[in-house]
Amino acid sequence: MTGATTSMTLGSHFTYFITIFLMVAGLFIVISRPNLIKKLIGLGIFQTSVYLLYIAPAKLIGGTAPILSNAFTVYSNPLPHVLILTAIVVGVATLALGLALVVRIREAYDTIEEDDILARDSNAEDNGNAT
Amino acid sequence: MKNDLILRVIAKLLIPFILLFALYVQFHGDFGPGGGFQAGVILAAAVIFYALIYGLADARKVVPEPLVESMMAIGVLIYAGVGVAGLLLGGNYLDYFVLDPNPVRGQHRGIFWVEVGVATTVSGVMLKIFYMFADRGKVDEE
Amino acid sequence: MSMMAVSVLVIIRSRNLFGVIVLSGIYSFLMATVLVAMDAVDVAMTEAAVGAGISTVLLLGALYLCKSEEAHPPKKPFLPLLVSMSVGGMLVYGTLGLPEFSDPQAPIHVHVVPRYLNEMKQEVDVPNVVTAVLASYRGFDTLGETTVVFTAGAGVVALLRRRRKGRKP
Repeated sequence: MTGATTSMTLGSHFTYFITIFLMVAGLFIVISRPNLIKKLIGLGIFQTSVYLLYIAPAKLIGGTAPILSNAFTVYSNPLPHVLILTAIVVGVATLALGLALVVRIREAYDTIEEDDILARDSNAEDNGNAT
Repeated sequence: MKNDLILRVIAKLLIPFILLFALYVQFHGDFGPGGGFQAGVILAAAVIFYALIYGLADARKVVPEPLVESMMAIGVLIYAGVGVAGLLLGGNYLDYFVLDPNPVRGQHRGIFWVEVGVATTVSGVMLKIFYMFADRGKVDEE
Repeated sequence: MSMMAVSVLVIIRSRNLFGVIVLSGIYSFLMATVLVAMDAVDVAMTEAAVGAGISTVLLLGALYLCKSEEAHPPKKPFLPLLVSMSVGGMLVYGTLGLPEFSDPQAPIHVHVVPRYLNEMKQEVDVPNVVTAVLASYRGFDTLGETTVVFTAGAGVVALLRRRRKGRKP
């Protein structure tokens, strides 16, 4: 009996598991890859997994898109759609700013690998505070 | 890419339709999926497409930089202006139902102007960012 | 959705940055498809336009400006893997308490939304509920968001502007 309810819970939580996998993958890219552009892409993956996390509970099976019409009575929940719409646009704005920073870093340090940048900074500090 | 015949022809065919689609999405945001953000992004994508095929100088002639910069700011001002109009006509900030004797028509008007403001800002910002990125590379080559 | 997981795995393993950027465009398109399946048509249109269009163009532009070769081969990432797995475990434990998929009695469906859906005809009379909520019921949020977009544009201009006199590059 508990086995049946557990498997039903697992089946209905499949979207949550995919969301968690994407979130963990994005986090892994951000903290473990030294290339700055790849970090930004990992951040983007993390953000899209959060969108899925909000939109998945809003769907009602048998409902339809939230556009009022006389032919349908059951609608999916429109409130998360509004929040996520804002989040997507803010996400791309953040990505643009991050990329502008990466371009400037590249021009200043001539590399976009995080380890090289840190090494260059500590070398500059060791050779007497000239930057 | 200006010399590639196929790309030029396809671009000339597609770009008017993309612009038309952006306007359609903007104004039918009330009745179907769409609205200000999508329309702004599609508009910016059409101009970026033109810039990719015909070169940055031609794109700058069609959509000059001062226009893009003012579009960025004017959109936000339109949005705030609708709010101030609500204030001046007697309601709270960003109240739409005071904009017209019939409150439902007032809502329609308010939503229309707000979406126009949002689309203007979004398309201006996306285009400006693209111009900045493309410009940075060009100056290095001179 | 499994295809999204597969493409993310390939993004993690791959080293060639150009391929990674193209894969992220594919990932955004798959995400838009999943969103349509979840009845979120406005969000899907925005995600397809923004994620697969603008995002890919900006990443390619930045890659061209950085002129970076492939990423360096990473050291064995044991600690990040451990941290990610433990975060994942905690998240799985958290989601077991969430309501079932498509449960009409979940709190998200009960509190504010019936008022929006039912009173929309009298108050606003705009069929697209998402646009009405975005522009009218939650108009302040959209004002803030427009300001954020404008600020991002101003920030990029401030970072990447060239002076006309000879600056050191």
